Amino acid sequence: MSDQTQAIRPAVIIGGNRIPFARSNGAYSKASNQDMLTAALDGLIARFGLQGQRLGAVSAGAVLKHSKDFNLVRECVLGTSLSARTPAYDVQMACATGMEAIGSLANKIKLGQIDSGIGGGVDTTSDAPIAVSEGLRAVLMDLSRARTTGAKLKAVSRFRPRDLAPNAPGTGEPRTGLSMGDHQAITTKAWNVTRAAQDELALASHKNLAAAYERNFFDDLMTPFAGVSKDTNMRADSSLEKLATLKPAFGKNLGAEATMTAGNSTPLTDGASAVLLGSEEYAREHDLPMLANFVDFEAAAVDFVHGADGLLMAPAHAVARILKRNNLSLQDFDFYEIHEAFAGTVLATLAAWEDAEFCKNKLGLEAPLGAIDRSRLNVNGSSLAAGHPFAATGGRIVASLAKMLHEKGSGRGLISVCAAGGQGVVAILEAR
Amino acid sequence: MADKYLELVNSGFTKKLAKSLGAPRPAILRRYAPGAPLLPGPLLLLGNSSAAQDLADTLLGWGLDVRRHASGETKLGGIILLLDELADPAELSEPMLSAGAALRRMAPGGRVVSFSRPALATDAPAVAAVRQGIDGTVRSLGREMRGGATANGIVLAEGVPPTAPSALAALRFLLSGRSAYVDGQFIAVDSADGTLPEDFDRPLAGKIAVVTGAARGIGAAIAATLHRDGATVVVVDVPAAGDALAKVANEVSGTALQLDVTRADAGEKIIEHARSRHGALDIVIHNAGITRDKLLANMDAARWDSVIAVNISSQLAMNEAFLAAKLPGLRIVSLASTSGIAGNRGQTNYAASKGGVIGMVRASAHAFAATGGGINAVAPGFIETDMTAKIPLATRAVARMLMPSLMQGGLPLDVAEAIGFLASDAAAGINGRTLRVCGQSLVGA
Repeated sequence: MSDQTQAIRPAVIIGGNRIPFARSNGAYSKASNQDMLTAALDGLIARFGLQGQRLGAVSAGAVLKHSKDFNLVRECVLGTSLSARTPAYDVQMACATGMEAIGSLANKIKLGQIDSGIGGGVDTTSDAPIAVSEGLRAVLMDLSRARTTGAKLKAVSRFRPRDLAPNAPGTGEPRTGLSMGDHQAITTKAWNVTRAAQDELALASHKNLAAAYERNFFDDLMTPFAGVSKDTNMRADSSLEKLATLKPAFGKNLGAEATMTAGNSTPLTDGASAVLLGSEEYAREHDLPMLANFVDFEAAAVDFVHGADGLLMAPAHAVARILKRNNLSLQDFDFYEIHEAFAGTVLATLAAWEDAEFCKNKLGLEAPLGAIDRSRLNVNGSSLAAGHPFAATGGRIVASLAKMLHEKGSGRGLISVCAAGGQGVVAILEAR
Repeated sequence: MADKYLELVNSGFTKKLAKSLGAPRPAILRRYAPGAPLLPGPLLLLGNSSAAQDLADTLLGWGLDVRRHASGETKLGGIILLLDELADPAELSEPMLSAGAALRRMAPGGRVVSFSRPALATDAPAVAAVRQGIDGTVRSLGREMRGGATANGIVLAEGVPPTAPSALAALRFLLSGRSAYVDGQFIAVDSADGTLPEDFDRPLAGKIAVVTGAARGIGAAIAATLHRDGATVVVVDVPAAGDALAKVANEVSGTALQLDVTRADAGEKIIEHARSRHGALDIVIHNAGITRDKLLANMDAARWDSVIAVNISSQLAMNEAFLAAKLPGLRIVSLASTSGIAGNRGQTNYAASKGGVIGMVRASAHAFAATGGGINAVAPGFIETDMTAKIPLATRAVARMLMPSLMQGGLPLDVAEAIGFLASDAAAGINGRTLRVCGQSLVGA
């Protein structure tokens, strides 16, 4: 490779757009992934006047995807006013899909392979793919392979009525059979995270999100969809008293020690998000704003199958590595965006970073990463209030954090997103 | 929203039926399309003012077939009445009767346009009499025109010749299909300012225009029309209308700005967006508006105050910001309404706001002229939109058919065309004025 292709240049976050997130089987129950991601792209294109442009790439994905949507993102692009010559590809990394899509797009910009691109994600649990059972699938596949009438009859004869039961996707981990919430319940208990602390975090998320709407923070980050103009999960009038009345939803085997409720866990949500990135030259040439640099991102995975780690603790590892690589300490950030899959996830992660033993044994650090200034955490709300349409969460966070950094005019932000399969992606943004 | 009746009485069996029953038969109006002929036939130029030859030369340059005598049998596309030098009511006889003799030959969608001078208190009584008389006679002629033809006038301030840029721009607007729903109106040209466009099909080429309330209806039509005429368009609407707004922005290859215009910093936000994203702000169309109709006896504060806040207070505040920014050559067009002129039952609040717009542009003209710009208003009559679709059916049918000379409601496009004309640099000699787009009606929202 020549020196030129190896030169690194900044990848700039220009802006973002998302549709309001809606609780599953609610306002968007009739909308498909394609409808929602196209709407998010349309709003972004309108905001930045991208009509007719050939972008370097559109990179996005969905966690729950119909098999017919194998080219989901490209199909969405073809439904927008972007140039039909804009390439697009699907990414899938569970709840870290959006972060991976945006991060890898940023890398391409940094390397000079592309000058501009849109990264994002979409998910719906209202229009989820429902598959035929393995038994029926085997019968149908054999039937399609059968050449003779006899072989066809033989294939059909293996059909049993129970094969008609469909398979719906769940949030269970294939290797443990436990739901994500039940996994987190183990971690939450292991780190002695109290019910009160989780409820406080949930309340703060709702209050912060409501305050952000109140000061018009989302006016240039969101476009209404299907008659919805605010996240439908948000409860601005929530209170610790109300949250305290909720019964445990996960870790019920813990009995009286169960702390995780529907209030301090994210609900299933539908939604889509998109983030416009580009090189500095691209932004200048098109008179577009430069909110923040996408500095770096790091993925990690943990061994939750054998119980060595908590399912959603991978970001704790990824943060240690990205800090080292960038010569930063955990305290060098003005904003922390830690995705609230569950309040317990955020609090367990924070506790782990403060824990000398965890940092030494698991992260290989001589000293703990330490505590963060909690007033800098999820200051405009996070997934507990906004909801969490799996692949769309990364785009929500990146666009909001970039705007927060630009408004402040200086400083850095840290993003942490956990994902199913014991994975996680973290990232660093820097204000412009 | 389509006027079904209009379609029925203009085609097939139902056309014959309507004719034999003597039912009102509104015409399909001649509307503008890029590249279309300016007029549907030759132009008859009547009147012997000293500007006649210069004007005829200009019209020939526009490719028109200009006649000076009413002889022959060919259908006429239009008649120009040069009445700017008349000094006595008795002098009206000859040009008006000549026009009258030619009227039967007027093609559907034809145009009569007069040139005259304003009647002032300082004029000699006979001069003022003929000038004011022209106002009355042309408006009456408008009511007599058939087949979608219209009669309008251009009133030239003293010293402004009929060939001044804004006079010619107004003439071209009135002759063309752009003025389809303008009837019985006068456009006042106050000065010889203004520059005619290089290309009359793209009079707004290179301009950066902001349209508020652009997510639907008249606002969306304005955005599309300004884009068609060459402008780069920033569309603005409340965040809750953002999805419809994005659609409009993507159709006109513009940018969407989700913004409530009643916010205290709305003007600054608009300037910031236009400047940072497009490098300038040349045109603002104050279109955002709401209705909260109620008889005054039943009116509550929420209905009254919200209409005033959106329809007029926001414009006053934004104009302050635009003036403070000293945007060179900024041209503003604001949406008034015939309700603000003639009044409308159930619209005391709306009429206050729209009458307010008319007052505002008159009183702001001087300030915007100081930076080389100008401000005018367009007062739509009954326009077929989502907003007027809420009017009860019977009232709507009466409003769209019986009151206007043109016997039909206008289209959002018709309002947009008038706005595009007033927003252009060619209209720089027109300032502080309100142009009605009402089909010569008095009803409307």
